[in-house]
Amino acid sequence: MVLEVLEFGFLQRALIAGVSVAITSSVIGLFLVLRRNSLFGDALSHAAFGGIAIGLATNIYPLWTGLTLSILGALGITKLRQSAKIPADATVAILLSSGLALGILLISLSGGFTLDLFSFLFGSIMLVSVEDTLTILAMTGIILSIIILLYRQLMYITFDEEQARVSGLPISKLNYLFIILASVAVIVSMRLVGILLVSSLLVIPNVTALLFNKGFKKTALISVLISIFSVVVGISISYAANLAPAGTIVLISTAAFLIVLAVRHYSKNKHIIKKLEEAKS
Amino acid sequence: MQIIEVNRLSYAYSGTLVLSNISFTIEEGDILGIIGPNGAGKTTLFSCMLGLREDYTGTIRILGEEIKKKKKSKVFKSIGYIPQKNTVDQNFPATVEEIVSLGINITGKTSNEKIALALETVGLLAQKDRRVGELSGGQQQRVLIAKAMVNDPKLLILDEPATGIDLEMQNKFYSLLKKLNQENKITIIWSSHDLDAVNRLATSVACINRSMFFHGKAYEFFENPDLLKAYSESSMQAHMHLHSHTHRG
Repeated sequence: MVLEVLEFGFLQRALIAGVSVAITSSVIGLFLVLRRNSLFGDALSHAAFGGIAIGLATNIYPLWTGLTLSILGALGITKLRQSAKIPADATVAILLSSGLALGILLISLSGGFTLDLFSFLFGSIMLVSVEDTLTILAMTGIILSIIILLYRQLMYITFDEEQARVSGLPISKLNYLFIILASVAVIVSMRLVGILLVSSLLVIPNVTALLFNKGFKKTALISVLISIFSVVVGISISYAANLAPAGTIVLISTAAFLIVLAVRHYSKNKHIIKKLEEAKS
Repeated sequence: MQIIEVNRLSYAYSGTLVLSNISFTIEEGDILGIIGPNGAGKTTLFSCMLGLREDYTGTIRILGEEIKKKKKSKVFKSIGYIPQKNTVDQNFPATVEEIVSLGINITGKTSNEKIALALETVGLLAQKDRRVGELSGGQQQRVLIAKAMVNDPKLLILDEPATGIDLEMQNKFYSLLKKLNQENKITIIWSSHDLDAVNRLATSVACINRSMFFHGKAYEFFENPDLLKAYSESSMQAHMHLHSHTHRG
């Protein structure tokens, strides 16, 4: 039955694009979570929403206008953060609300919500075309190659920016490059879960992976596996039960988080009781 | 050979002169203890020496090279630095080995032998696969030293490295510094509040309180009761000044 289902082209494309997005978002998300920048993905996706509205209003391919506005907004708030010393969460709020406001304004001017806009808001993984799938694969390849190449530098900045600066790393350039990669990852992920749920893909698998208390590489690997699991199981369940794929994927990853959290809590308690009993005897 | 030469260094922050006309030199193989009360400008001095602040006046030469003239100087690769906050975020997901590997010349390939050697020097080779957040404060500090050591530095700069570590760990740590200086021939600059430790370990002393109060051989400072008394009085005044500002603030 599973093999028969996989003969459907749209499902094949959904799974290939989905797994690809799962890998990209969890790898980028690990750095965001560790830098205490979990909501940055939300800010980027909302800025992209403004850009997409521009694209739809001007008949330019919306993903490109979304990507452009997302990158410009992200670079702008990073500059603002550095020069005006405005707290990180406040700059995220500025980008998030401005992007959303721009989108709403343009939509109201062009006569209301369209089907296209809904697919950007809530994702449309079952509708990805061959071209979309190839674009997502190419973007994933580029993002992963750069991250693998700069893995140690990015980890160093995430661990301690001051020490990384002393060691001679070009911190500003690396930060700007990372922001551009994060913007691309958000745009790619939007196809899967939509603007409103993008940050869940960046954050939840990583927070779950952190509960395993492993090193950096293993945490990244666990996060990627959880993310792939959520996407594959989410797409399968949503197809079988005729549910919205984006919501199903995110709820599967939330369920994985809650299960790992509960198991960890139980095993921790068990360990403490065992230690106390050993000490008593 | 002079490792560092600081000449007439002054630095102002928010309209206040934090460092005024500081001059000193460090010879190869020295252990220089920098002492001074809180707010004396020790961390600012290190920031200038490490190229983190550039809007100072005066000159700083490291291994003969004026650092302000060459912004991306390779000379910084000869320096190992342990910051004042010398423990790591408990939740950061990295093994001891992964943290030490960050210290390797970042464009170069990681070398397992170099990492193992650095960890062996600080006595943590057996812990290399453990998560760094699981270690004690003293052990985490030694991980950071191994990270600084892995690049074969000529100079180690440590900003109040013994803060927040129990007495036993402090003694182990000072023995390690001595070993690094004597066996690995590393010049050490280290700021501290602990006069007793500086007396035991340092070959020379720089005593600053925004300006240079004393610079010379350690015994010249510690065997001179007048200097010691003047230092403790100046520290007390600085403490009271800081205290009154904190209360007003």
